[in-house]
Amino acid sequence: MDNTVSNAIDHLAEQVSSSTIDEPLLIGIHTGGVWIAEILHRKISFNEELGTLDISFYRDDFSRVGLNPQVKASTLPFAIEDRNIILIDDVLYTGRTIRAALNEIFSYGRPASVQLGVLIKRTGRELPIQPDFTGMELDLGSHQQAKLYQHDGILGFGVDEVTAT
Amino acid sequence: MDISIQDGHMIDPANGINQVIDIHVSQNRIRAIGEPHQEFKPERVINAKGCYIFPGIVDLCARLREPGEEHKATILSETRAAASAGITSLVCPPDTLPIIETPGMVHMIQDRANAAGFCDIYPLGALTVGLEGEKLTDMATLLDAGCVGVSNALKPVENSLLMRRAMQYASTYDIPVFLASWDSWLQGNGVVHEGTISTQLGLPAIPEAAETVGIARDIALVETSGASAHINLLSCERSVFRLGEARQRQLPISASVAVHNLLCTESDIGEFNTLFKVIPPLRTKQDQQGLIEGTERGDISVICSDHQPHSLDSKLAPFSEAATGIAGLDTLLTLAWSLVNNRQLKAETVIAALTVNPARIVGLGSY
Amino acid sequence: MSKRTDFPVQFDQNGKLRHFLTIQGLSEEILTGILDIAHSFIDFGKREIKKIPLMRGKTMVNLFFEPSTRTRTTFEIAAKRLSADVVNMNATRMSTSKGESILDTVKTLEAMHTDMFVVRDRASGSAQLIASHLPGHVRVINAGDGRHEHPTQAMLDVFTIRQHKQDFSRLRIAIVGDILHSRVARSQIHALNILGAREIRVIGPRTLIPTDIEAMGVGYANNMKDGLEDVDVVIMLRIQRERMDGQLIPSEQEYFARYGLTEETLKFARPDAMVMHPGPINRGLEISSSVADGSRSVILDQITNGIAVRMSIMAHLMGGQEKSKWT
Repeated sequence: MDNTVSNAIDHLAEQVSSSTIDEPLLIGIHTGGVWIAEILHRKISFNEELGTLDISFYRDDFSRVGLNPQVKASTLPFAIEDRNIILIDDVLYTGRTIRAALNEIFSYGRPASVQLGVLIKRTGRELPIQPDFTGMELDLGSHQQAKLYQHDGILGFGVDEVTAT
Repeated sequence: MDISIQDGHMIDPANGINQVIDIHVSQNRIRAIGEPHQEFKPERVINAKGCYIFPGIVDLCARLREPGEEHKATILSETRAAASAGITSLVCPPDTLPIIETPGMVHMIQDRANAAGFCDIYPLGALTVGLEGEKLTDMATLLDAGCVGVSNALKPVENSLLMRRAMQYASTYDIPVFLASWDSWLQGNGVVHEGTISTQLGLPAIPEAAETVGIARDIALVETSGASAHINLLSCERSVFRLGEARQRQLPISASVAVHNLLCTESDIGEFNTLFKVIPPLRTKQDQQGLIEGTERGDISVICSDHQPHSLDSKLAPFSEAATGIAGLDTLLTLAWSLVNNRQLKAETVIAALTVNPARIVGLGSY
Repeated sequence: MSKRTDFPVQFDQNGKLRHFLTIQGLSEEILTGILDIAHSFIDFGKREIKKIPLMRGKTMVNLFFEPSTRTRTTFEIAAKRLSADVVNMNATRMSTSKGESILDTVKTLEAMHTDMFVVRDRASGSAQLIASHLPGHVRVINAGDGRHEHPTQAMLDVFTIRQHKQDFSRLRIAIVGDILHSRVARSQIHALNILGAREIRVIGPRTLIPTDIEAMGVGYANNMKDGLEDVDVVIMLRIQRERMDGQLIPSEQEYFARYGLTEETLKFARPDAMVMHPGPINRGLEISSSVADGSRSVILDQITNGIAVRMSIMAHLMGGQEKSKWT
């Protein structure tokens, strides 16, 4: 595993495991967030299975970009009513993904609390959303995109220069 | 004014001319073809090199919408369009509003045509009162008033006995009978040919048998009544065969085809294109080929426009509810000639089918 | 003259699906895409809040010139689950060019800023007519036009088949009854052929089978024994009682004896064959109650699936195609 990524995951796992949340449920956001959440779920003992969310149906740019043809079903193999949730994503950028994920979580019921853990907290927030647990921080411009990738089961990350859309 | 038209390619089937030749005109009459009279001194010479010259077109089936539907077209608008497209005589079916079943209606239409001054109109009188197929009109009176034949337009007479009597009566006075030969029951509420397109689009269909049954009956009635008949608008190959057999037996029967049935097929309807909604319907490629071959053989002797002008909104409806028919005066000659360019029909065949043949059916002496 | 056999009105100039008018002309990729997304909508009905915001702020008009409570209701539920505002219009119209035309009605509603029309009409081709006379941003879904197509019904049917039988290339499907007047059958035949079904047969008396049906890629059988042999899926069509008046079939008794689906005739099909019916059912005319309510029947699944499939179709039409800024 990429050293930077593995250090960041360790850092994130440390914070999550040392938190005092009562019987938390772990939910990863497709696709990168699920990879991170799977690792955390292995490293830290949780009572319940891992939940996954595909927030495609809750995106606020649907009327502009349409549906991802590879939408995966969200799987929450537990009741979330009155439970404490730790939501995991790979990169926190604008905050819109988290906003969509919160909407989707609440369509399943009313949790007691939701906390957010991200591998990479980068600059460029457009909504008042901040992580409770952070693996690493990056200072990136609006023309740059941090991307987590998985190659033969090995996680890595890179920063792409993006052309204006 | 004396005019010479030089070096044009003249096609005149009645006189067997098909060659580059000069024409000499004096006082609006052709005085000589080939060498002019010694004293002929043209004031004007028209160089017609590369042009065709042929007699004025006689369109055996054109609706002018006047009287009754002047919001769609008028005698003035349609005769002007006809003249600009080489048509000098129009035969119009009796299904105007009111129907052409009185001498007064015949006179009115002819007066308006004369006033417009673009081309001659020859009305057909109604065969039965109100086109309802129950009672004969005073067809001899209509003939005297100027009708060139009688017809029940698009409403075939279902009662075969009445049809036989109509033919017998018409034959008494040598009145040509114009027929839409199809079986009303088989036609039903159909709007397209019964085949792959009707099946795919789920549209009520008109089977080929609607036409072949109708033609078989009408041929049998012609044979035993002595009437001379013209079957208006064939659409399928098998009808052409029936007609060919009748003509071999020397029956006094002729037939026409609409130019769009020679050029288009059911598949042109595509995505419910209501412009291609016509009666009789566009049929298969094989039918199209059969109609073309039948025209070349002479079993079909007339090509007409079946001109039916419509307002735009009457075509902006679901296919089965849209108006039937397509406008065709302006394009009759160019579309028919495209068959010559594609080597599907001979030039003489097309010109005869547009001019001398229809002229003889309605008895225009000048051809 | 140009020959047009494709149905381009439902695509925009970039080839993206803009309207859902016919199955004919759609690709396997589009059909599979709709089925896949529908699959992820299936569990939605079980959530506490059965809404997702894909059509938030959009107005959908259910424009039914022909009454149908069932179909209209599933479209309404589907649109509401996508957070659309839904207006139901049971409209009447004249059959002639006199009076307000179908296009007048549609343009009036469009002027009120409708984003999507779901249209049902008695005339074949109405949906195409409407779609081709609306501005580019308005979407049209065909909820049944005359005898032509009923594409959303066919999609929910193939979705239901896929739930029970995985691989279309191994399936034999029989469609029984009034094919001539059935828009459902036409759409089903297109959909099953596009998805690569091994064999499709139509069964019925010749009066109810359209000419040249073979050109649509189906075989024909005049009896249930031959037609249902080795069949994996039996689709029964509704027989309208007025077909007796037109003498297309002599009597209910004779029809049911030859083409009715009963425990006995179902034995001609494979032992695991599933039974479908687009509804509403005429019990005792085309299908016996014991089969309709039996274990092989998936008729109620079809209705449930109708909502997810229609949600998926709406989502496919409403989505844009720009590049996403956020991941």
